[in-house]
Amino acid sequence: MSLMSEMSQKAFDLGVPISVHLDVTYRCNERCVHCYLDHDDHGEMTTAEIKGVLDQLAEAGVFFLTFSGGEVFMRRDFFDLLEHARRRLFNVKIKTNAVMIHEEEARRIRSLGVDTIQISVYSHRPEVHDAITKLPHSFDRTMKAIRFLRDEGLRVTIANVLMTANLSDHYHLQKLAAEMGVHYTVDPTITPMMDGDTSVLALRIPGEELTEVFHNPALVANMEEFCAPPKAPTEDDLEGYSCSAAHSFCYISPYGDVFPCVQFPLPSGNVRKQKFLDIWNLSPQLKEVRSIQAKHLTVCSSCSHVNSCTRCPGLAYMEGSMRGPSTADCEKSYYRTGVPTANMLRQGAEKAGGMPLVQIQPLAVSI
Amino acid sequence: MSETYIARSSAIAARMLAGEMMVMNSMDSTFFTLNEVATAIWQAADGRTPLREIVRNRVCEQFDVDPEQAQTDAQEFVAELSTHGILLVSDHPLASEAP
Repeated sequence: MSLMSEMSQKAFDLGVPISVHLDVTYRCNERCVHCYLDHDDHGEMTTAEIKGVLDQLAEAGVFFLTFSGGEVFMRRDFFDLLEHARRRLFNVKIKTNAVMIHEEEARRIRSLGVDTIQISVYSHRPEVHDAITKLPHSFDRTMKAIRFLRDEGLRVTIANVLMTANLSDHYHLQKLAAEMGVHYTVDPTITPMMDGDTSVLALRIPGEELTEVFHNPALVANMEEFCAPPKAPTEDDLEGYSCSAAHSFCYISPYGDVFPCVQFPLPSGNVRKQKFLDIWNLSPQLKEVRSIQAKHLTVCSSCSHVNSCTRCPGLAYMEGSMRGPSTADCEKSYYRTGVPTANMLRQGAEKAGGMPLVQIQPLAVSI
Repeated sequence: MSETYIARSSAIAARMLAGEMMVMNSMDSTFFTLNEVATAIWQAADGRTPLREIVRNRVCEQFDVDPEQAQTDAQEFVAELSTHGILLVSDHPLASEAP
């Protein structure tokens, strides 16, 4: 175990919020087809409010801070916030589309000691990228910014969300990232809109295509282990937890709302009304999330994948129960290993038991 | 005998967790944890206070250690952190690099 993993585990065990994702705005200059956000401003925190939150986060022990949005540079005070965060000695990561980053901004980001810039790019083809972001010339602007940032010596990661519209482009985009000397990550997760609208899920890659993605050695490190059939869960596995949400990680919205995670829309308090540490320590919602062990999961506790599944409790919550299965992750486990999940078997049994396999409808004959 | 001055690099992130100071250099993602004594030295690294004075006031007084040994250990510690870009070391006072 690396030293960093050891410290992360220590934070998890002690219940210290070592990592926080803070969206400073939901406003954005792009309108990505798969985005789950409402981009109107419903009363963002002011500069002073966010600085106050940062002070509280530092005191609470937060080390890893991700600034994201919306587009962070839509806030004119973003550098002011960034400077404040760095004065408070956070390890800062920025997620951005980078279209507003030029040489001067790249220099300032560098001088402030930012750890990583993650930039959304969807294709090596400008027309495909621009069709997804719905912002003309966004590909060219983003690529220029990546070069400025890279030339400053910053660690840049191209993050590609895989969906039906760009599925065939990941190989070339990965190659482009390598040629530019920047990192590359790919993620096939599409989440429902924050208001519960699930229409964006139609953009998800169909199952058969997921198999190809998961079995692509260029995309998956240690593919043999990644795609191996699940091992039978041990008692220790059933004592385990899904992820770090509410244990050592949480999410704060531009309006000050605190959630267990970015994709776990369970309101757990608001930093405009309560101190962050009071929410972290006392919120009944965060306590409930924290209490759920694998053995408490309604379907997944009996699933052979329970130890290796990427089950997201937030996606499960959006499906109806934070203790239930997350269908998207069931599909990932299945297409990764070829072994059906307990949830899939249950749904199949329900379907088979609930209706005849062949339906024969007598013809209505009128005489 | 010349003095040694130490200052924290501007590329550093740091936070205390369960009595240990986590320190990370954003330039190369080097990650360290510092024990109590090392943390005291690191926190006092303002670029203006000589290392000898830091050791005397922050280490010997607070941790009840032998001054000579403490000075030698501190010199080694400072040299190691400077090779990783976490501390800047000079025989002249340094301007603070803090962001």
